[in-house]
Amino acid sequence: MSLKILEQFKNPDLCKKLLDRLDKEVESEIRFMEVCGTHTVAIFRSGLHSVLPEKVIHLSGPGCPVCVTHESEVNAFLDLAGKDNVIIATFGDLIKVPGKKGHCLKNAQAEGARVEIIYSPFDALDIARKNPNDTVVFLGVGFETTAPIIAATVLMAKEQGLTNFKVLSFHKLVPPALDVLISDPETCIDGFILPGHVSTIIGIHPYDFIGAKFGKPAVVTGFDPVDILQALLQMVRSMKEEHPKVINQYQRCVSENGNPKAIETMYQVFKPSDALWRGIGRIPSSGLEFRDEYEDFDAIKVFDLKIGECPSLPGCKCGDVLKGKMTPEQCPLFGKACTPAKPVGPCMVSTEGSCAAYFKYKVD
Amino acid sequence: MSSDKVLLDYGSGGKASQRLISELFIKNFANPELERLNDAAAFHIDGKISMSTDSFTVDPIFFPGGDIGSLAVHGTVNDVAMLGAIPKYLTCAYMIEEGLPMADLERIVISMSEAVKEAGVAIVTGDTKVVPKGAIDKIFINTTGVGQIIADPMPSGDRAAVGDVVLVSGTMGDHGLTILGTREGLSLASNVMSDSAALNHLLVKLVQEIPDIHVLRDPTRGGLATTLNEITTASNVCCELEESSIPVKPEVVGGCSFLGLDPLYLANEGKFLCILPQKYAKQALEIMRADKLGADACQVGTITDAKPGKVILVTPLGGRRLLNMLEGEQLPRIC
Ligand code: SF4
Repeated sequence: MSLKILEQFKNPDLCKKLLDRLDKEVESEIRFMEVCGTHTVAIFRSGLHSVLPEKVIHLSGPGCPVCVTHESEVNAFLDLAGKDNVIIATFGDLIKVPGKKGHCLKNAQAEGARVEIIYSPFDALDIARKNPNDTVVFLGVGFETTAPIIAATVLMAKEQGLTNFKVLSFHKLVPPALDVLISDPETCIDGFILPGHVSTIIGIHPYDFIGAKFGKPAVVTGFDPVDILQALLQMVRSMKEEHPKVINQYQRCVSENGNPKAIETMYQVFKPSDALWRGIGRIPSSGLEFRDEYEDFDAIKVFDLKIGECPSLPGCKCGDVLKGKMTPEQCPLFGKACTPAKPVGPCMVSTEGSCAAYFKYKVD
Repeated sequence: MSSDKVLLDYGSGGKASQRLISELFIKNFANPELERLNDAAAFHIDGKISMSTDSFTVDPIFFPGGDIGSLAVHGTVNDVAMLGAIPKYLTCAYMIEEGLPMADLERIVISMSEAVKEAGVAIVTGDTKVVPKGAIDKIFINTTGVGQIIADPMPSGDRAAVGDVVLVSGTMGDHGLTILGTREGLSLASNVMSDSAALNHLLVKLVQEIPDIHVLRDPTRGGLATTLNEITTASNVCCELEESSIPVKPEVVGGCSFLGLDPLYLANEGKFLCILPQKYAKQALEIMRADKLGADACQVGTITDAKPGKVILVTPLGGRRLLNMLEGEQLPRIC
């Protein structure tokens, strides 16, 4: 797709028209949630948050992979980072996430732990190759978007006989979490803007239940302002149907059935398992664990890690923020005890976290 | 030089050191004051002096558009010039890791000497240390510069006033993305280049012709966003920026969106921002655009009293959001 066509999705005139139409078509107050952290940031960075009609209320959801990484999972990273002959390989987002007593990978690194920030999981294989006497553990955090490429890395490691490469699989799956969220009687969300990146892999049908089971509208969408506004308009229109079907606004990148090859790779290495979500708790079949054939790569098994419930951070309302029950500013710690410089919860750390977005971008 | 690697001996103060100093540094940085080899440099400067120091530890030491040597000159020359001064003299201290290829050191010294000539300054005193392998990463260079302030009143970060306009001399983020891209070996970096350059000649022209420039700053580490936040805090004013008028090269936009970075927070080494009364804006832009280092100069914002101490970005769709100070380094994202 040419750059010129892509520019259209940022076109300010088109945005103004869509905003006018939205204003006309929304009859009473609606509360929409964008599930994905990239959308949260896009809504703030483009300034959309400040120009949406007042009756359109914007809530952020559980779709920032860093924010939903459970305390016990962060503690597992930190425990591993302290071990001899272990090199942690990770994407940059994770290194400031606080675990036990506010400790994070960045502190661990300052204390001597070997932590390498990488840009692709394949880089972790290189590190493993260059350090044959150490074990490289890649922190597998992310949704359906990242899991297939990590699975591909594992397949490559197996093929190349790299035995000192392991993955800590803390992947999360978006649809089961949404099911739990919508089932919660305390959440009152009228419609959902669904993550375009995730759907490039899984397609749109895993979200059919939102309309069929809950009668709520849902639109898979891209990340430019025109995408988001168009999706909101489609959402408002589809609210009138009894069992609305999930709409694919992001057809330029998402096909109805996603990317079957990526899904196949992901399920060749991993299988669904229960997972712990920060602020939400255990959700059945919402994570990915290694299949037995690949257990040699499973850092949890190799290091015999125990991942279990642990007390959540006192005062932090991340759970309520992630479920759209409150906006970040309603958390008593927001901007006071909790700032990006001294984050209490991960929603303030991650570049895609909703608390960080409010703190960073909101003018009034 | 007799060895193809820098050895600890070269920093010993003995014959080897002297050889390194005379055959490499003095030869390339030649000027009468340096050649006297006194313990200190003597020079004349009249009136108010601008002075600045910086240590350069860039990794990689060679990058598209420059290297640590030229950068060490540009960085300090620009800092000195930002007070409305003519940079005159530099000091330069090299800390070299034992084992650095002599050819690399020579390349750095030659590039530094060319940068010095271009900027019209002289290195009048210096120092060389060689430290054991592993004590530092390849090479660190410190430069200190002094210059004569010619602007009166002097531009300063606390002088931005309501009604002023904000100009930038060119595109943002080129240097930062080049360094990050080269360090990580990312192919997207192949068509971006550092903007590292000495801005003093252009700045001198500007301060000579415009009677009252309120602020001159080079948006280096932390980029435009951080620099403007520093200024709005110091001046207790608000800066409202028009996002669509901030120049960023398409390849930098592309590279940044791929990595989840914001070009407004990336370092620049050959750009400055200038805040001055609206009535001088047109004239200043003309002067800047007449120089190749200011060819893409444009107005990007205004100083208001909307939210003192803050920088507000007005987006193309008319939305408003804060452009806050960055917390720590920018890190590429997960998905
Ligand atoms: S403001 Fe801080 S403590 Fe409150 S919910 Fe957000 S991250 Fe948690």
